[in-house]
Amino acid sequence: MSSAERVVPVRGLSDSEFRSVPGTEARVRAEYSWDAGYAMGTFLKGLKEGKILATTCRTCGRTLFPPRAFCEECFRPTDGWKEVGPTGHVYTFSICYVSWDMRRLAVPEIPAVIRLDGASPGMGILHLLGEVDPSRVEVGMKVQAVFRPPEERRGAITDVLHFRPVS
Amino acid sequence: MPRVAVVGAGMTRFVRRAEETGKELAWKAAKAALDSCELTLEKVDAVVLASAPDAFDGVHMKGEYLSDGAGAWRKPLIRSYVGGGSGVFAAIQGWYHVASGLFDTVLVVAEEKMSSAQPHPQGAFLTIFDNMIERPLGPNLLWIFAMEMNAYMTRYGLEKKDIALVAVKNKKNAKDHPAALLGGDITVEDVLNSEVLAWPVQRLDVSPITDGAVAIVMAAEHVAKRLTDKPVWVAGVGWHLDTAYWTDRDLHYPRYVEYAARMAYEMAGIREPRKEIHVVEPYDPFDYKELHHLEGLLLFPPGKAPEAARDGVLDRDGDLPSCPSGGLLGVGNPIAAAGLMKVAEIFWQLRGEAGARQVPGDPRCGLAQAWGDLMQVATVMVLRR
Repeated sequence: MSSAERVVPVRGLSDSEFRSVPGTEARVRAEYSWDAGYAMGTFLKGLKEGKILATTCRTCGRTLFPPRAFCEECFRPTDGWKEVGPTGHVYTFSICYVSWDMRRLAVPEIPAVIRLDGASPGMGILHLLGEVDPSRVEVGMKVQAVFRPPEERRGAITDVLHFRPVS
Repeated sequence: MPRVAVVGAGMTRFVRRAEETGKELAWKAAKAALDSCELTLEKVDAVVLASAPDAFDGVHMKGEYLSDGAGAWRKPLIRSYVGGGSGVFAAIQGWYHVASGLFDTVLVVAEEKMSSAQPHPQGAFLTIFDNMIERPLGPNLLWIFAMEMNAYMTRYGLEKKDIALVAVKNKKNAKDHPAALLGGDITVEDVLNSEVLAWPVQRLDVSPITDGAVAIVMAAEHVAKRLTDKPVWVAGVGWHLDTAYWTDRDLHYPRYVEYAARMAYEMAGIREPRKEIHVVEPYDPFDYKELHHLEGLLLFPPGKAPEAARDGVLDRDGDLPSCPSGGLLGVGNPIAAAGLMKVAEIFWQLRGEAGARQVPGDPRCGLAQAWGDLMQVATVMVLRR
C-alpha cells in the first residue's frame, strides 16, 4: 500500500455493540394526503369504470401512458383521452421473494412492466402478474388486466387486481 | 476553459455500521483529503457536500447537519444531490465552482451513513415510487433493478453466469483496498448459489449497506501547481437525466449514460473512448450495472461487455481495467461516498499511488461514473494527468 493513499480508520460496530453504545431512537410519523391531479385523477376514475385511459398528443402523435396532462417533449397540453389495453405484453418482470425489509415472503410476488396494446411503443406500467406459475412467466408473454368486480373498485390502481396470461 | 485539477483525496474505511456519526465520518475524510495535499481549511474557498436521502439519517436538511464535518462553516456551501449519482456530481460541481473563476480551491465531501435507518435502509427508498399508481402495489427497490437486469439479460441473451464474473472480480480487487468492507475470494458458483432475493437478483449480485465518507480537493491551475507536482486534471464532465416514467424507458440500455459520456468526451476531445481511456470506474451497485454502464459509456457495444469480463479485459491487469478499486460490490456502497470513491480511485491510479491496486501500463486517462435518481441520471468525469 502506497503511503500516498489516505484511508483513515473508523470503528465498525457489530450488531451487539450497536445495541450497547450510547444513542437514541425515534419513530417518525409522517402522514400525507395526495391529490391525484387532472391526468391521474381522470385515469383513476376510468379504472373504476373498467377502462384503462391514456392521453394523446397531436403534435408528436404519441399515445402517452401512464397518462399525463402535458406532453413533456412537445411541452404543450395533451389533446385528449384514448382507451388502451386491457391486453398487452410483459416487457420485463421479476420474481421477488423478499419484502423491502428483507423478510422472506410466503408467496413470491411477480412485478412486471406491462406494455399495453394501443399505447405508443415503449410505454408501459408497473403491475403484478397473477393466476400464473412463476416458472411459466416470460418476456413477451401476452397478458390482460383482471379488474375487481365493479362494487369493489375505488378509483385506484388496485382496481386492477393483477394481469394474467391471455389464454 | 480554465483548467481545474484534483490535488488531494482521502477517505474513511467503509464499514457496515460505524460508531462515528455522519459528521464525524465527513470530518475524517475531509481532514484526510486536506492533509494529503498539506492544505489547511482556511485555504478552502468553498465546499461541495454530497449525501443521499435525508430519510437514511432521519435528519431533515442533512446538508446543514453535516456541514461542520465538511469544513463548511463560514464558507459558501452547496449540497449536491442526484441520488446515487451524487458522488460524481459533487466532483462535477466542484469543477464548475473553480472553472467559473468564482473559487480557487474547493473541498468536495461525500458522506453516507445508512445504518441508522431501521429496520432496513431500503425503507428510505419506498417513497421514490409514484404515489398514485405504484406505491399502492407495495413495491420494493429490488423490483426495479431485478426488472432492469432481466430486460438486459433477455435483450442480449445473457446468462447469470456471464454477469456473476463482475461480482467475483470486484470482490477480489477489493482485497487490496485498505478501506474495503467486502473484499474476498468468491466463485461464480457462489454467486449463482446465493439467496435469490428478486430473480434474477441474488444476494451476491448486490453491494452491501455501508457507512463511510470520501473527500477530494480541487484547485485552479495556478494553485494546483503550487500544491503538487502531480495534479490530475479534469478533462471532461457530463451529466444527463432521462424520463422519470421509468416504465417508459428501454431498460436494457442506459441511454442517459451515453448522453452524459458524449458530453464528457466532447469536452475532453475523446473520439475513440475504448482506445483513449486506460482505466475506468463505472458504477456497480449490482454486478450487471457495471456491464450496463460500460456499454452506455461506449466502451463496448451493447450486450458485449460480458464478453470482455469473460476474456479478462476488465481485470486489473487486463486491457481496460474496470473497478480496480473493488467498486461498490467490494469496497462498499455508502451511496454518495461510493461515487466520490470512484473519482478518488482514478486520481490515485493516474498518480501511480494505488498501491497493490495499481493497474499496469502507466495510465494517463481515466473515467469515473455514477448513476442514480429513479435509475435515470448519469454523472461522468474524465480525468487526465
